[in-house]
Order: sequence, then C-alpha cells, then structure tokens
Amino acid sequence: MTELLSMALAAVIINNVVLSQFLGICPFLGVSKNSKSAIGMGVAVIFVIFGASLITYALYHLVLVPFKIEYMQLISFILVIATFVQFTEMFIKKYSASLYKSLGIYLPLITTNCVVLFVAQDNITQGYDLIETIVNSISVPLGFMLVLYLFSCLRERLDSADTLPSWKGNPVALVVAALMALAFSGFAGIV
Amino acid sequence: MWNNFKNGFIKENPVFGLYLGMCSTLAISTSLNNAVGMGVCVTLVLIFSNVIISAIRKITPDEIRIPVYIVVIATLVTIVEMLVHAFMPELYTSLGVFLSLIVVNCIILGRAEAFASKNGVVASAVDGLGMGLGYTFALLLISVVRELLATGGIAFYNPFDATQQLFAFSLEALKPYTISLFSGSVGAFLTFACFAALFTWIRSRSSKKEAK
Repeated sequence: MTELLSMALAAVIINNVVLSQFLGICPFLGVSKNSKSAIGMGVAVIFVIFGASLITYALYHLVLVPFKIEYMQLISFILVIATFVQFTEMFIKKYSASLYKSLGIYLPLITTNCVVLFVAQDNITQGYDLIETIVNSISVPLGFMLVLYLFSCLRERLDSADTLPSWKGNPVALVVAALMALAFSGFAGIV
Repeated sequence: MWNNFKNGFIKENPVFGLYLGMCSTLAISTSLNNAVGMGVCVTLVLIFSNVIISAIRKITPDEIRIPVYIVVIATLVTIVEMLVHAFMPELYTSLGVFLSLIVVNCIILGRAEAFASKNGVVASAVDGLGMGLGYTFALLLISVVRELLATGGIAFYNPFDATQQLFAFSLEALKPYTISLFSGSVGAFLTFACFAALFTWIRSRSSKKEAK
C-alpha cells in the first residue's frame, strides 16, 4: 500500500508530467486562460486516460502478446484512444447535456494530448500489473490537472500585468512555467 | 511554392509561431545530436504523411478522416521507430518515448488537416519539407543554446556510430560557469520563452514594414 501511495505521490508531484517530463504542453498553454476551463479539461483528461489505459492494458495482454504482434502497439493504442475519445464524446452528448457543454469542447483535443498515449505506453514498458496500472493512470493525469489549474490561476493574474509587447501571451507564460518547474523541482527526493 | 516552403521558418514557424509540437521540442532539445535526430525523423514522417494523405484525399470520407490520418501517421512513425532502433541504437535510447510520441505531435496532424487534405501531392510534399525543416530549425536553435550553457561546449556524434565524433567545439572560458539547470526543464522553458519572444518581435517588425 505504501508503495502504491509513494508511486502516486511521485507521479503527481515529483515526476510531474508537464513540468518535469514535458508532456501535454499544448493543452497546458492552450486551455489555461481561465481556471474554470482548466478544471474541465483536467477532469476530461483524467477520465479519458483512466479508460484508455484500462482498454490498452487489456488489449496488449489479451491480444497483442498472445498473437505476438507487439510491434502493432503504437498503431492499435492510438486507434483505441481516438475511438475511445469519440465514443465518450457521443455518450456524454446523449446522456448529459450539461456535462457535454462543460467538457465537450475539450474532448476532441484530448486525442492529440500526448499524456494519454504516454501513460498507455508507460504502463506497458514499466511492466505494471493491473493495480499499478490503475494507480498510475489516475495519478499522472491528476498531476496534469493540478499543474494546469495552478498555472491557469497564475495566468489570470498575468493578463493584467504590464509586459513588453513581444513577450505578451505565450512567451511570458512560458517564463512562469519555468519558475513553476523550478518550484516543483524542490519536491525531488521526497519519496 | 517557394513561399510555402519559406513560411515554415520564420512567419509560420510551427514551433515559435503556432506553438505546435512543443512537448518534443522542450524535451529533446538537450543536445545537438538529439535535436538533429528528432528533426530528421519528424521531417521524414511529415513529408510522407502529407504525400499519402494528399494522395488519398479524394477517397477519404469526411466523417472518419481523423482516424484515417492517425493510422497513416502511426504506421509511418512505427516504421521510423524500427529503423532508428535498428541503425541508430544510441539515438533510440536518448530520444526514448518521444520517438513514438511523434504520432501525437500536433504539427503532423495539423498539416494533414490544414494543408494536405486540400492540396495536391507535390505541394503537400513541399509543405511537409518546409514545416519539418522549420521544426528542425527551432530544435537546433534551442538545443545549441541549452547545450552550450549546460556543458560549456557542443559535440556532435555520428548517429550511426556513437564512438565517432564528427564535430566538437568547446568554450574554455565558459566551462567554469556552466549552468546545469539548462539541461533540465527550467532551462527548456526559459530558452523557449526567450526565442518565442524574439520571433514575435521579428514578426511584428516585418509586418510593420509591410504596413508602411
């Protein structure tokens, strides 16, 4: 249990996907303009990564390994992710209009969010069993959501700051991201 | 066509202008070797995916075009990954997971959707080459700055044989003052921010000139 807990803590804070592994930078910059949409995106990402990781885990161990076609991993995983995202979108649209309104616009973007593919592949290359896979595929996107939310709060303040014209927008946001990465590197060595 | 090609460098540089493909740019730009390797891989995938997608653009149903594009791209990336694994094992280990993550590099899907699905085969190939070189150019700029500041020199190895050094350069004056922070994520974000601001400045200056 403590092992799983430390694994989760490491994934959320220490080896944070965005700040120390450089994954999911595009949505990190794209949907961090206000904190409400940051939360929406975060929840959608957690849901998709959890579902997609379970499916790809089953696919790998029940189909790819028995048939000895592990080299199809990349193609099959990305297809699973794309279809899963599409199905989720259709499902939410049909059953919960309000949820669709708040999450719907972020869902298509998730297909090209590299965190999803990374977690699916990481579960396989690290040789995780089912429980470790579940823990990993919840805690990694949780770390994504945490950083996305913090960053969006900072960016809301940044909008009113007086910056040089060529630094406005993304460049100065990246400087803020650098400072956040510096702060998060202070967590190294906790576990 | 020349303009298509040229656009990829400054005006519509996929990395500094459109902020696409940032994950790999930030992660891979630790050394010149990685930057060149990644740049070549992405350029190859981009050219071939643009050509294939443009060739099948008339028979691809509109509703399922994204999955079709993704399968084409994933196949090409798998081929590139296998080739790199077989012939450049050193590069394969240092690029790591980012090699297979080329699939979700937004530049490739973005170009497929925005250019290759609407234009002819030759124009798409040129667009792929231009965008790929623009991406490589951005990687080179960041990696040179980061490697220089983090190690005080730049070394370039033969990617097919890591023991053979093709090119090495080091600044003795800089050696005592190297900043190891620049090989990590902080340096990556900072260097990127500086270049992004520089490119915005260049663009705004050239558009002012045109306005005059």
